Amino acid sequence: MYVAVKGGERAIDNAHAWLAEERRGDLNVAELSVAQIREQLALAVNRVMAEGSLYDPDLAALAIKQARGDMIEAIFLIRAYRTTLPRFGVSLPVKTEDMACDRRVSATFKDAPGGQILGPTFDYTHRLLDFALAAEGETPVVERGEARTEPTPHITEFLNKEGLIQTEVASEETPGDLTREPLELPANRPLRLQALTRGDEGFVLSMAYSTQRGYARNHAFVGELRIGKVAVEMEIPELGFAIEIGEIELTECETVNQFQGSKTEPPQFTRGYGLVFGQSERKSISMALVDRALRWKELGEDNLGAPAQDEEFVLYHSDNIQATGFLEHIKLPHYVDFQSELELIRKLRREAAENLAAGETSVQEAAE
Amino acid sequence: MSDYNFAYLDEQTKRMIRRAILKGLAIPGYQVPFASREMPMPYGWGTGGVQVSAATLTPEDTLKVIDQGADDTTNAVSIRKFFEKTAGVATTEETAQASVIQTRHRIPEEALREDQILVYQVPIPEPLRFLEPSEVETRKMHSLEEYGLMHVKLYEDIAKHGAIATSYAYPVKVEGRYVMDPSPIPKFDNPKMEMAAIQLFGAGREQRIYALPPYCQVVSLDFEDFPFEASKAEHPCDMCGAEDSYLDEVIMDDAGSRMFVCSDTDYCASRRAAGHVGAQAAALEETAA
Repeated sequence: MYVAVKGGERAIDNAHAWLAEERRGDLNVAELSVAQIREQLALAVNRVMAEGSLYDPDLAALAIKQARGDMIEAIFLIRAYRTTLPRFGVSLPVKTEDMACDRRVSATFKDAPGGQILGPTFDYTHRLLDFALAAEGETPVVERGEARTEPTPHITEFLNKEGLIQTEVASEETPGDLTREPLELPANRPLRLQALTRGDEGFVLSMAYSTQRGYARNHAFVGELRIGKVAVEMEIPELGFAIEIGEIELTECETVNQFQGSKTEPPQFTRGYGLVFGQSERKSISMALVDRALRWKELGEDNLGAPAQDEEFVLYHSDNIQATGFLEHIKLPHYVDFQSELELIRKLRREAAENLAAGETSVQEAAE
Repeated sequence: MSDYNFAYLDEQTKRMIRRAILKGLAIPGYQVPFASREMPMPYGWGTGGVQVSAATLTPEDTLKVIDQGADDTTNAVSIRKFFEKTAGVATTEETAQASVIQTRHRIPEEALREDQILVYQVPIPEPLRFLEPSEVETRKMHSLEEYGLMHVKLYEDIAKHGAIATSYAYPVKVEGRYVMDPSPIPKFDNPKMEMAAIQLFGAGREQRIYALPPYCQVVSLDFEDFPFEASKAEHPCDMCGAEDSYLDEVIMDDAGSRMFVCSDTDYCASRRAAGHVGAQAAALEETAA
């Protein structure tokens, strides 16, 4: 019996109602507050801010709640909200050398001015499930030290003094904005870094990992990894000078990469750079490795045909909102296209069968 | 809805999109890059079409949204609701009543007029994409009018299958210049593209807009000895008896018996209202009653 596919509207409303019910879960269990998510699932909040390209922990926490913990869905909510926000202006570049570091480690020097600060890291924890956490009522008491007041200079600057590392030339040029202009290739480095910092963590991680396993290996050392708060300053036209409008938490990674020299460049260390909102170590290290791999052209290296060297491949596939949208859209109705494929395959099969029959007759004839 | 601007997008963004549309109309078939915005529906759900519609709509417009030819498919319902909410425009299911029609995968059966705009949702705007994955390369091929690869592909189809094995998103050449992807419409719809209405194509994820001005020449690629053929299921519609409309095949029972019905729901309904009856219409109405 043919039931016309009416009732799409009611189906949608019902689906939304059911979704809301599922989101809340068992009513006997206390509801999660946005503040709880912001405070206790901070790394998830950081990821949503980084890939959503919007620094707002409260909104990110709300998005996680609304998305039932689906990170890409939460990032999508933030992106869609971000589009509607008016743009008042552009901040000055943040000064990460003035960062108030919660964590700062270098894998290249045992000690350096500013010191090594482990900070709140999982690095040396043993990954044993802590069943005490399940038993509720955790109120850790932690000893406090004195905050350091002296500056924490970038480690790569020490190498730079010796001329051992390639110098980055400062530019006054306003970097492009991926969210306001269509991506056109070849992309310059600021644009690539922009795409990487909002790119999918898993994708950027895998791309970086592939370079470590030999697909355009670039021998990276973590010259420095720092996490902390930096001030955001903006020039207000009416005032004519910059004022501080707030502070954000960032993770910055600078890699020092071995480099044998090329036709155009002498042997020296080279750099990869990662900068991500919030505490996002894995992402910023990955970003630095991929950034370095993508710089093969300017350093006169060979194109080894590795995926991480292919800027078109990396930039066009790093955005998880684009990727998931296009991937999941194949569940939308396609019956018109499928119908035309049905007609075609039937026609081709009919013709193939006819040809086969004709062929058999002619073979028989030849045998006779 | 007071929180958002008319038709959701802010005026700056709409202006940027309109510029891209005008450029597209001036260079028919050329893919104009535009700074696609993140919309509140996912990429792949018609974000390009929605942005083009948003930039095209005025408060006086009447909007029709179809998906697979039907007004009542879930995504068509969702997009129509979106514009009802954010633009407050009148909506309709009648092709003749609409001034702007957003479509996914079909061109309405009823001929469109000069005062109408047809907006297509486009997933992959690049007709050469599956022959050449790199955007840098395909843009070069378009600028050099280097379409040999496409002809070789069509030739290979014929050599292998005895026919061109493309049944939807069948490539066309516009005004003798650009090879263009008509979006995934069945090739049955290709001849309709030479029409009186303006046709706009929006690809959100791929950040491209292209356009066909009215009465623009649109030729489906073929060979002299293998001419293009607009095909459909060889049946009349079982509901309204139409012989000239594109049909969906509907599986009726476990035994696999099937019926064919117009994919254009408005076309089918208006024919039935005018008294046309298909082979199975009577039986169906009985069971329904």
